[in-house]
Amino acid sequence: MRPAPARSAFLGMLRRDLLIAWRSPVEVLHPLVFFVIVVTLFRLGSGPGQHALAALGPGVLWMAALLATLLGLDALFRSDFEDGSLEQILASPAPLPLLVAAKVLAHWLVAGLPLLILSPLLAIALGLPDAALPVLLLSLALGSPVLSLVGAIGVALTVGLRRGGTLVALLVLPLYIPVLVFGTQAVTAAGAGLPPTGALYMLSALLVLAAVLSPPAAAAALRISLD
Amino acid sequence: MRTPFNHLAAPMHFYRWGARLVPWLGACTVVLLALGWWGGLVLAPPDYQQGDGFRIIYVHVPSAWMSLFVYVVMAGAGAVALIWRVKLAEVLMAASAPLGAWFTFLALATGSIWGKPMWGTYWVWDARLTSELILLFLYLGVIALLAANEDRRRASRAAAVLALVGVVNVPIIHFSVQWWSTLHQGPSVGSFGAPSIHSSMLVPLLVSALAFKCYYLTVLIMRARCEIVERERNSAWVREMLPR
Repeated sequence: MRPAPARSAFLGMLRRDLLIAWRSPVEVLHPLVFFVIVVTLFRLGSGPGQHALAALGPGVLWMAALLATLLGLDALFRSDFEDGSLEQILASPAPLPLLVAAKVLAHWLVAGLPLLILSPLLAIALGLPDAALPVLLLSLALGSPVLSLVGAIGVALTVGLRRGGTLVALLVLPLYIPVLVFGTQAVTAAGAGLPPTGALYMLSALLVLAAVLSPPAAAAALRISLD
Repeated sequence: MRTPFNHLAAPMHFYRWGARLVPWLGACTVVLLALGWWGGLVLAPPDYQQGDGFRIIYVHVPSAWMSLFVYVVMAGAGAVALIWRVKLAEVLMAASAPLGAWFTFLALATGSIWGKPMWGTYWVWDARLTSELILLFLYLGVIALLAANEDRRRASRAAAVLALVGVVNVPIIHFSVQWWSTLHQGPSVGSFGAPSIHSSMLVPLLVSALAFKCYYLTVLIMRARCEIVERERNSAWVREMLPR
């Protein structure tokens, strides 16, 4: 068999995963609903006053987005592992990091992008200043792919284990700290009328770093998990 | 390719020469620790501001140094295990993780005991303290991953990947936490600053640090030998060695 050219392998994998998500749309909604519920609960937990929340708003939104991403991550390899197609993917002649990158991209389009679209609504509900909204969108656009990319490593490491769920959180959450710090920093700065560019540059740098290093690491982790 | 290193790194041979090394390293630990703590707790003068309270640095600072050192050793051993598939490196990595976590815990605990009388609080969200806490989380992740997998070889290879990812992340995390805290609050730890620490205090500190290194090596070899026996329990040499 002739090895598949890299580009068509990437696009094929992307198309396959998007198609699977398209055919079971309810599962796509889970992280989204979770996102909204977490923000709501946070609002209820912080008392009826408005003042404290203005300072916490960016952090609440980012934390909720982070937890929603974490919740959705399990779907990245789990069903493929259970029906055996993950082993087929590993046996494919196309470079595995590329296929992993395609899977992560598909996952982000399905789970990360809706969060992004929904976030301005929640930001308005939380009373974030209008000036912060574009920066919130930009910071999520730069930061949430990093969450998916780094999370892919954690999921790949635990995919063969019976109780992977909480373990993934334990492995991945400490690695999310820089994204959380710079993400909230950018939004807070924009809300206070300060330039958010520094934090946004840092998020871009993290995205580039994660996009380059995470697929090979996740691929290596998959090979170990399914050894 | 067979080199003397390959020979020494085979689990069976490590098990044997490790046994010969342990008493010597243990003795070094005891002697150095006695010297360092005698120098630090008895000979060194009290600090002009902190009085005798500063003497906790003879535990605190070596533990903090070791917490980073062990993480780097662990990740290095993990890289060797992944690249060259050296069994001994897997074992050393797995044996390092709990030791490093305890050093990190010790650094945090002694730090907060010292912080209560000196700063008036057990804990501040300062960049250094927070990164040390996150380092503890990273260790706990590696330990959890090691424990979650029943196949020990696979577990240690997976943990090696995680340790390497962590090594890339540790500087980024440290930097980001620094950024976070410097924008929120002024730096509250200058404590005993960079310029100088008197040699009567410094020399015992360095000796204690050396003692901690010896302790790490001693316990590392002991743990690794135990781990080797458990991993190789089905091989001929372990069966011969153990009583039936």
